[in-house]
Amino acid sequence: MNKFIRVDMTTKQVTIEEVPAKYAGLGGRALTSNFVADEVKPTCHALGKNNKIIFAPGLLSGTTAPNSGRISVGAKSPLTGTIKESNSGGSFSQKMAKAGIKALVIEGMPTDDKFYVIKMDVNGAAIEEAPEEILGGCGNYKAIEVLSAKYGEKVGIALAGPAGEHRLPTANISFKDPEGNMRSAGRGGLGAVLGSKKVKAVVIDDTGAGAVPIADPEKFRAASKVFSKALLDHPVAGQGLAAYGTDVLINILNEAGGLPANNFTSGRIEHNDNISGETLNATITERGGEGKVSHGCHPGCIIRCSQWYPDKDGKYITSGFEYETIWGLGADAGIKDLDEIAYIDRAMDDIGVDSIETAVAVATAMEGGLLPWGDGKAVLDAVKQIAVPTPLGRILGGGTAVVGKVCGLFRTPVVKDQAIPAYDPRPIKGIGLTYATTPMGADHTAGYCISGNILKVGADIDPLKKDGQIEYARAMQIGTAAVDSTGMCLFVYFGIADNPGGYQALIDMINAQYGTELTAADVDKLGESVLKVERAFNKAAGFTNAHDRLPEFFEYEPCAPHNVVWDFTPEEIDEVYNF
Amino acid sequence: MVQVTVKLFATLRNNREKEMRMDLASGAAPKDIIDRLNIAQEEAAIIMINGRGAKLDTVLKDNDIVSIFPPVGGG
Repeated sequence: MNKFIRVDMTTKQVTIEEVPAKYAGLGGRALTSNFVADEVKPTCHALGKNNKIIFAPGLLSGTTAPNSGRISVGAKSPLTGTIKESNSGGSFSQKMAKAGIKALVIEGMPTDDKFYVIKMDVNGAAIEEAPEEILGGCGNYKAIEVLSAKYGEKVGIALAGPAGEHRLPTANISFKDPEGNMRSAGRGGLGAVLGSKKVKAVVIDDTGAGAVPIADPEKFRAASKVFSKALLDHPVAGQGLAAYGTDVLINILNEAGGLPANNFTSGRIEHNDNISGETLNATITERGGEGKVSHGCHPGCIIRCSQWYPDKDGKYITSGFEYETIWGLGADAGIKDLDEIAYIDRAMDDIGVDSIETAVAVATAMEGGLLPWGDGKAVLDAVKQIAVPTPLGRILGGGTAVVGKVCGLFRTPVVKDQAIPAYDPRPIKGIGLTYATTPMGADHTAGYCISGNILKVGADIDPLKKDGQIEYARAMQIGTAAVDSTGMCLFVYFGIADNPGGYQALIDMINAQYGTELTAADVDKLGESVLKVERAFNKAAGFTNAHDRLPEFFEYEPCAPHNVVWDFTPEEIDEVYNF
Repeated sequence: MVQVTVKLFATLRNNREKEMRMDLASGAAPKDIIDRLNIAQEEAAIIMINGRGAKLDTVLKDNDIVSIFPPVGGG
């Protein structure tokens, strides 16, 4: 990966540079966050001309390493005002890496009102006018069809949906998957940054690309084999995720009393069987047709947590039907019908909004009286209004913090204006520390303490107690920042958390590819350095430790059934980043 | 004697009821439940009693709800 492409949307100039020396050993999140910290003015407006957005494959992307197809996108977030890295599956990362492109940077802002497509291939990049038919409310499914017909069925595509065109803070960036459906860099409104730069889509055509260079192919093959075996041998990574998808978590979080319900007023629901992973699996199996119980979001995925969810006639409704989305709509907003949730999930993908932020915004809007509780049809109609956008569509598309303000609520579940996802921090204390302190705003993937608190993978910590949580939340965030830099799917963690050989194989693959001698300690240092860079950016943008706090209501509203509150002191929370 | 409710999830439901009442001798523990249901110990990766983490040998009380999961993950 020797090309560093800059596209200036003010001058419409494309510049292809050698990779700057200081970025040579970085990939994924390490690269995007260092770049944003180096070149983006921390106090800039995220939708103004001084923000820059960067796409970077992970260190191992494009190789034969399993599950190495994550693409990282970085910028200042219009949702949180912090630095942001959001990553996604799909085929974009592997194609970009194979084409030798270390990073694509989009900067500046056009003065005209047209939307553009950036087309990358092995020779570089070009800026073209976007086809008229994919603008002005065209859904992402249709836009991918049009762009694939124009540029080739096999190209990779990154796309700002209608929400991105409208520069709404919930806007995600959607990435075409191998079948022409999509995965998303969901969190933080990066689709709005793309839209602000008048970039509707980025296309990568890797025709003519060779294999990614590997310094020691023999060593790489051996390590890759050990790594694959670690994933396939693990009951979660090798079998569980494929069978039930991430939605298997509905029942376990419900039993643990940590499934946020009715806008975070309870930790348990009664209709869990309607929306559980067990029911999802049974429904797909029973309906058959185009339904698939398991599906990989990029070539080389051996975990296969995704699925195709069909309607009663077996026709595809949606894919990548995740626990977070099903929880947000099914438990937090109380919609009891899995089909209704599936159609809303499809609409969110089609409009290009983060299905966590939007689902939590919907539940908050229910508390605020904007929508009836549990009404899936009303929610589908309201979500579709984001694409227009009507005033209600703009409010929901503004995200949870905006909805809370518009409705005059104090119970608004956000940290740094990003919605809190599917695990209540009162009965699961470790995850609360991650929500509070990660530079990303509330984000479970930034340090997935559910693993040791609930799933008993990698650690065994009592979720209701404070003991060991600070150290655990710190270690998980450091490890995650490193994994997010490799291009690996975060779910590889399940396969290597309790398998030192598997973890070593991951490091061995990086060393074999780059001819380096990294140790586990070096990888930890990489994770630490990423977090420090991100935190320094946030500090310069005006964030202090006073922003590293959960919403106050968690401190005085007990969460049933355990009837516990959030009780970490400010001093204890600040210890997480004491490294 | 104690009477408890047992709830099974994911693959543990294959060829078993998903929820049942069970009578056990005083001093019984989740280990006795999984033995009776022919569930291997490594399959019972996560055990909760009344929504709190428990061990194979945690002593059960009358009317406890025992939830048993195979290894699961997501996120």
